[in-house]
Order: sequence, then C-alpha cells, then structure tokens
Amino acid sequence: MGVQEGGDRQLESESKDNRALIDNNSAQNLSSEDIDAMRRDGATGDEIVEALIANSSTYENKTVFSQEKYKRRKQKKYAPKVLLRRPFTRSICEAYFKKYPNRIGFLRIDTLSLLLSFANISAYSDVLLVDMVGGLLTGAVAERLGGTGYVCNTYFGGTSHSLDIARIFNFSSEFDSRIVQASYSHLCSAESLDEEGSKMHEIDHPAGIQSIIGRESSTKCVPSTGSTQIQEAQSLRNDNSSLDEELGNTKENLSSGQEGLHENNATITYKAVNPGKQASPDAIKMWKEKGFNSLIVAAPELEVDSIVQKLIPLLSYSAPFAIYHQFLQPLATCMHKLQSSKMAIGLQISEPWLREYQVLPSRTHPQMQMSGFGGYILSGTRICNNSENCNGNQ
Amino acid sequence: MLSIDPSKKNSFQRFISDGDLVIVYERHDNMKAVKVKKGSELQNRFGVFKHSDWIGKPFGSKVLSSKGGFVYILAPTPELWTLVLSHRTQILYIADISFVISYLEIVPGCVVLESGTGSGSLTTSLARAVAPSGHVHTFDFHEQRAGLARDDFERNGLSNLVTVAVRDIQGEGFPDEFQGIIDSVFLDLPQPWLAIPSAARMLKQDGVICSFSPCIEQVQRSCEALRSNFTDVRTFEVLLRTYEIQEGRIQSSDGDESYRRITHTRRKRQCISSEDNGENTDKATSIPTVMARPCQEARGHTGYLTFARLNCQ
Repeated sequence: MGVQEGGDRQLESESKDNRALIDNNSAQNLSSEDIDAMRRDGATGDEIVEALIANSSTYENKTVFSQEKYKRRKQKKYAPKVLLRRPFTRSICEAYFKKYPNRIGFLRIDTLSLLLSFANISAYSDVLLVDMVGGLLTGAVAERLGGTGYVCNTYFGGTSHSLDIARIFNFSSEFDSRIVQASYSHLCSAESLDEEGSKMHEIDHPAGIQSIIGRESSTKCVPSTGSTQIQEAQSLRNDNSSLDEELGNTKENLSSGQEGLHENNATITYKAVNPGKQASPDAIKMWKEKGFNSLIVAAPELEVDSIVQKLIPLLSYSAPFAIYHQFLQPLATCMHKLQSSKMAIGLQISEPWLREYQVLPSRTHPQMQMSGFGGYILSGTRICNNSENCNGNQ
Repeated sequence: MLSIDPSKKNSFQRFISDGDLVIVYERHDNMKAVKVKKGSELQNRFGVFKHSDWIGKPFGSKVLSSKGGFVYILAPTPELWTLVLSHRTQILYIADISFVISYLEIVPGCVVLESGTGSGSLTTSLARAVAPSGHVHTFDFHEQRAGLARDDFERNGLSNLVTVAVRDIQGEGFPDEFQGIIDSVFLDLPQPWLAIPSAARMLKQDGVICSFSPCIEQVQRSCEALRSNFTDVRTFEVLLRTYEIQEGRIQSSDGDESYRRITHTRRKRQCISSEDNGENTDKATSIPTVMARPCQEARGHTGYLTFARLNCQ
C-alpha cells in the first residue's frame, strides 16, 4: 500500500488535515504488554502492525499520507526487512559514513567517487596511494583496477597504515595480490634524486633543517639496503607550529616527515608489515623508472603540503592526482606551493555537495537531513616544466 | 585513451607519436583536443607550434612556440575529454559522472546499457570503468549524433569497448539480445518511464538502474514506474563547488597595531611567484598568507539522479 490509488483518494486526503488530532498519547489502545503477548504467541511483524492500525482511534482521521507514514514507521519497528548485499564500495562507504565517519576521515561516497575520477583510476593503472582512511580508499581503487595494475600504499616512517576496511571487500586473491605496500624511503633512492625536489625543500624549510639521521638534506630517502627490513625515514622538524595542533594522531605511531613531536632518533628496523604484502623490488624499480599513473592522498589529519611535494615527483608526467582533506586551508597552501613550483597544472580545489530527495506523489522534497560536509579535494596533473629536457621521469 | 592491452601497461609514460590525439593545455580554462600530424601547426595567442616538435616528447611536456610562448601537451583522460569535447547536446560533468559510476557499481567486466549517447561524455567514463573485459552498449535515436559519437570513440581508441547503435529506446525498448545479462543501465531520456520496463527485463538479478532527469516532474513519473520492478529507489542531486586561492600579505598599517590589512598580490592564477610582495609592503611586519574562497560562478543544477535496484524474483 504505497502508491496513491486514484483521484478520489487524492481529493479525500486534500480535504483532511490534522487540526483535530491531539497528541496526548491516548490514541493507541494496545499496550506494550499486549504487543509483547502477541509476539510471544508468534504473531508476525506484519500482523502486529495491522493490529496497531486497527486499534488506533485516530488512524481513520489521518490523511492518506499520514497513514502511510504511520504504517511505514511501525513496519520499520516491528517488521524490519534486512537485505543482504554484496559488499561494494558504495555500500561500504555509506555504512561507515553513517556510523563511524571519523574512521574514514569523513570521506563521503560522492567525494570518494570524485577522487577515483580525478585520478583517472582504470585497469592497468599503477596507482600510488596514501590511505589513512582505514583502507576504504585502497578497496575502492582495487575494485576499479579489477585485478590488473597495482595499488601501492605508501607511508612515511616505519609503520604502514591500517587497511582493515579493504578486507571487507572480500576480494579474490587475484585482486588482493595487486594491493601492495612500500614505505616512501623504499620507493625512492639516493641515485634518482630529483633536483626539483631538493630545491623545493629549501623553499619549504628556510630556517634550517634538523635531520636526525645523517647530514643529508631530508627530502632524500635513506638508500634502500635491498633487504626486506625497512629503515625508518628521517623525521624533520618543521618550523610551522600550527602543524602540532593538526596532528592529533599519534596513536598509530606514525612518524611522517611533518611530525616534529615524534623524534625517533634510532634507526628502527621492522619486519615486513601486514596487511598487504610488500612491493617487490622489481615493481619498485619499474615505478622509479616510469613513475606511477596516478596519485591519491587521503590523509585527513596530516599536513598535506609536504607529503604532496614528496610524492608528486614519483608520478609520470601527465599523470593526474587527487588530494583529499577535511580542511580547506591545508589544500589552499598546497595548491599555492604547487603553482609556484610549477610541478603541476590544472589545479582545482573542489567541494562536493550531495543532497537526497524524497520522491512521493504530492510529497516530493529534499530530505530533511543532509550531510553538511564531505571534505575537499585538490586535483591536478603533473607536468614537466623544463622545455629542454623532459626525458626520464625526474 | 585507455590501456586495454596488457603489453602496453603503464602506457601513460609513452611518448607522443604521429597520429595521437592529445590535449593541448593553454590555461586551466582553455584546452583543446588536437590530432598530432607531422607537418601540421597549432596557432594560438602564444604563437605557432609545430606538431613535429612534439613528436618523441613525453606526454606532460612543455612545448615552445616560435615566439617563445608555451603550452603543455597532456595525455587524454575521460575527465579532460569531457572538458574539450564538442557539445552536440548538453553533457554530464565530472560530479554526476563519478557519482553515477560508483552508485551503479560498475567495475571491470561489467556490461552496461546507456541511452541516449548524446555527446559521449558519460560514455567515455563508462568505457574506462568496464575496461578491459566489459562493454558499453549505447543507443541514440539521432543518427547523425550517433555517428559523431562513434567517430569520437574511434579516435580515442575506445571502439573495442563501446558499441553505438541508432535506436529509439523510449519507443522500442532495448534489444532482446541483452535480456538478463546486463549489470547496469543508465537512462538520460526525456521520458525515461517509457524505457524502464524494458530496462527491468535487461538487468541481471540485483542489477542497478540510473535515470538522469533535469526536471522534478520527470523524476516523479520515473519513480512511480520504478516501484513496480525495483527496490531501494533513491534520488540525489550532486554538485561541485570550486574554490580559488589568492596570495596576500597581512600587514599592520602605519605602525598602528589596532587593525591589520590584507593586501592582495594582484595576479592571475597561473603565474604566481612566491617572491612578489607588492611595492610598499614592509617585509618585517607583514605575514604572507594564502586565502581561499569559493568561485563566484557556480553551477546550481544539472539534473536529478535516481537509482534503483532490480527486485529479487
């Protein structure tokens, strides 16, 4: 009984209204004990709803719309229907956004979809990711890759980020094998140092760098030893003290390049971290030569500027990137730096907006509840600004 | 545009060749698609560019003109294509396109039906989403437009993924050969309710349909039609708001600390240099800052997106 039955009923409902209905909780004649008794007797949910309607003194006086709404509400309470669905990005993202949005950094489904489009994720792509939204982004990208290409999750420091949500996707082993990890230091080496990168570094940190390990400039990575053990990248102290407020996330023991509070002096070696296996040396070599096809960064609590400066040089030329953040200002700063350094073009900061509608005969309107916020995205394309020499990736 | 051949993996790193379709980027709001041809030239306000200068360079290169001006040559992507394609009809833009693809749960291997093809903006993104093993069957009742779209897909290297047919879906429904094998259906028609029953027959169990309509009256009629065979009917609006940034310096005025003025460094988006700070600014008392604000021009509406899932039989 969901659909308007005919013209007569419509007229009827238009003449009814709720002026005579008084809300004093006396309309329903069945008590909660009565309902429990019915339940014990094995009444179905639908039967209970029918009984409630029959015992409501005001039901007949309601408009048709009101009756439908009443019935729907009671059905939801006493006869809920549960549908089992295959896990897909859309449902996983919506579920988390509704219940635990902070675990996914408030990444709403339309925002996530935009990231995948802006970064041109497609089969056979080699995608570089910073996924600090629990693995949701990794799962979404892997889904679009369809068992081809690679998703390389990178991290700064020794500990990779949790990718638990990627497990919910129930990927086949073929899909799973495309999801790999490699620390930032692993992905680059002293040999292929980007000149642009070190120049950039000087502009960022003019007041002097504190490198903890070694005397080299801190954008250089520690040369990979070729062993399976990962060395911790140097942490550097950033002058900008407002970063300290933004970085609340010390729980995961992340020592990204920006977390000046967390100065681990020792070179810590770790065993290969789970989940997701470490990228093979061959793959890393190929990426160093050719660059990644796209980059997505979802690090909603970190200062993205330095991360982006470090990762963009790992992309091929003409590769698109998309940076997600909860806050606008870090993206504005990042965009400005990218414009100045001329590392990228087509830069755009976007804020997605999503509204759902209720569409029913004579009752169509946007829904009362709306998500006010789904994050911001900075998108662009990496280019080679040197018209003389664009050969090789760096 | 897409690498569907595993041997050409990571082909975005390849170099510009004669005959390639490339995107010439002049400014963020000024791009065009150009087919590279040895001996041809591109002329714009930055000068004359010889195509042969581009050949052999990697995509993403900066190329110079005869008088020292420059542009960038980019590899085409569905997003860039949407911004440069010729509009034969009103097209869908990235906000709607990306949401549709997610919500229709389109992944590699899917078989998708689309009507109408229009200018092929969404179709190009659908092709990317189903590659390498899926397929997009797209229908338009306008023969000339269908032909132009087919040419575009050919030029973009998408012919293996997209089949264009001339057919009036509202009048005739989808062809019977697709019954029960389709993963997702997308409708952008003036009267989608006429096509919905046929779409229901085409879809696999649990398949998803999406209908895009600019007007709410269309949406209402579509939702009514959907309720017979579909469940989980939901209607959305998606929009994008863009921001512009500006560099400025916050300075105290005349030594009087009671208020601080923000001076804007007057310059266009593309040519910001971090050194410039205006003539009369005392560096010692001014703080560089980057400020963001929404762009004045904003899109208010494109259309309503209605999604629904085929009822379990």
